Amino acid sequence: MNIIHKGRSLWVKAKSDTQLHNERNRIVRSTKKFIMSIFRLILIVGIAYVIISPLIGIVVSSFFSNEDQYSPLVYLIPQTPTLERYQLAITRLDYFRVMGNNLLYVVSLTVVQLAICSMVGYGFARFNFPFKRLLFGCVIVMIVLPAHTIMLPLYMTFRNFDPLWLFSLFGGEKVNLLSTPVPLYLLSIFGTGLRSGLYIYIFNQFFRGLPKEIEEASFVDGGGTFFTFLRVMIPNAIPSIITVTLFSLVWQYNDLFYANAFNVSDNIVLSKRLNTLGATIANRDRVVDPNIQQLYVYAGIVLMILPMVIIYVFLQRRFIEGVERSGIVG
Amino acid sequence: MTTTVKMKRRGLTLVQRRSISGLMFISPFVIGFIIFYVFSIGMTVRFALSNSIDTETGFQFTGFAGLRYFNEAFSVHPSFRQILTQSLGNMIIDVPLILFFSLFMALMLNQKFKGRTVARAIFFLPVLLNSPSIATALSTAQGTIIGGNSPVSTVVMDAVGGSGGFNIDFYLGLLGDAIPQTILDYIAGAVSRISTIVTSSGVQIIIFLAALQSISPSLYEVAKIEGATPYETFWKVTFPMVSPLLVTNMVYTVVDSFITSQVLDLAYRTTFNDNNYSLGSVFSLVSMLSVCGILLIAGLWVSKRTFYQN
Repeated sequence: MNIIHKGRSLWVKAKSDTQLHNERNRIVRSTKKFIMSIFRLILIVGIAYVIISPLIGIVVSSFFSNEDQYSPLVYLIPQTPTLERYQLAITRLDYFRVMGNNLLYVVSLTVVQLAICSMVGYGFARFNFPFKRLLFGCVIVMIVLPAHTIMLPLYMTFRNFDPLWLFSLFGGEKVNLLSTPVPLYLLSIFGTGLRSGLYIYIFNQFFRGLPKEIEEASFVDGGGTFFTFLRVMIPNAIPSIITVTLFSLVWQYNDLFYANAFNVSDNIVLSKRLNTLGATIANRDRVVDPNIQQLYVYAGIVLMILPMVIIYVFLQRRFIEGVERSGIVG
Repeated sequence: MTTTVKMKRRGLTLVQRRSISGLMFISPFVIGFIIFYVFSIGMTVRFALSNSIDTETGFQFTGFAGLRYFNEAFSVHPSFRQILTQSLGNMIIDVPLILFFSLFMALMLNQKFKGRTVARAIFFLPVLLNSPSIATALSTAQGTIIGGNSPVSTVVMDAVGGSGGFNIDFYLGLLGDAIPQTILDYIAGAVSRISTIVTSSGVQIIIFLAALQSISPSLYEVAKIEGATPYETFWKVTFPMVSPLLVTNMVYTVVDSFITSQVLDLAYRTTFNDNNYSLGSVFSLVSMLSVCGILLIAGLWVSKRTFYQN
């Protein structure tokens, strides 16, 4: 009886003790937080593993020697690492020459895309003209309909290049532009290149978000329209320029579809060479064992992604911040 | 004696001048769209509706064929119908998963924790590496070994020399009585697609992250003061605020999976390998229209539930 009574009074006391109450809440909250952070850690590490593991596998195996490939004892760390895969892959890819050409090609296309898409995006963002909504609808159509669906007409257009029958009108010859990089430059110059619609959209959203006052100040000071765009608006659009640059570089570099469809030479496009690397090595160097062939392909893949990874490592931080401010969000 | 000052308008008004310079800015796009897009779409339709032969100097149309090639695509071609439904089906399954996953990951990466920048960098990595040439090189290299295409994960399995099989169906079967089979199948499918889903949601994660960052902190403050639980905060604040981006992301995801779909591949092969231009054009047109239809329906459905600030 006495004990129960004592217990009850203790319980009442404990219940009304706010300090204890707060203490308990604090512990519960911090435990919750801790469990959440463990959960988050597991999830993020797990998914990061899904992303990185193929990469680790490829990078590691590209250093395997023949013995390592067949040794059951070897797991991830090669016993007798070799650079032979890279040597042969570099020779067969003609790596440095093709990579130089490829980077030149990709960078020049990116510059064209940046110039044109920023112009068009600015035009849509700041000017009023007849049929504006309809024309912006065309941009959306371009995003939704990838060029893959109209490849055949494009192929025909460039095989007998005769824009709007102008060439034949003035007695010129139709030109075959296939097997040259010209079609892609033309597409980019006219704002219809690889994913141009998306870039126009990004620039449009960004320019719409900039305050009108900076433009007006420039007009008042006597700047022309184009001058204002070039010297006032472009320097303010750095975040979206970084975003578009990285997207454009990466997608153009990885592109195989246009390169195949327009038959661009594999002296310019490294990804085309990589595609046939396995077969080349099998036939020219008589590496008949497919398991060993594969190691050369891995080395080729590492060589191929190397420049993009380097660029990404340098631009990464600014890029992610850039996307956050680049007006994809509008 | 009033001096009538005649305001003579010289040239154009300011509005007109502005609209002309606007047109100047967008003129490259307009020209390109007409030459390369409008013209091409028209030509695709023309191809689909007529017989054509390929000659040395180019192609020639040899008469109107009506709907013959549409008929052929649907009732004669051995695999078109199957590939079309399969591609669209995959799209319908994958897109919600990718959207859900990327929103979830964006929420997670938006929290403050150590190594956040590294985690973000890793999650964007697939965009860099998602190159068709790498995929093709890998699958051909694999194909010579096991005689078929295989996902990258088995490459790693081979590369690291282990074969850790894990029969997920068995573990899911243990739950068989409690959960309906269709849901289990969907989950099993989702798990086996995890690699595809993770690697194709890089851009979407970034877009959602950007949306999350743009939510004003004062909204959360209000929610907290009013005593909302985290669950309520998510559904009443976070979700409505990112919902406009849901449409953008959906369009991006659908188009992205359409580009890599089998049906476009079939259209490409029919056109360029078999030189059957009319049939190839029919394939492109049909797949194009069905994807547009899906986008339209889904877009309307989502945007009805979207919250717009203005």
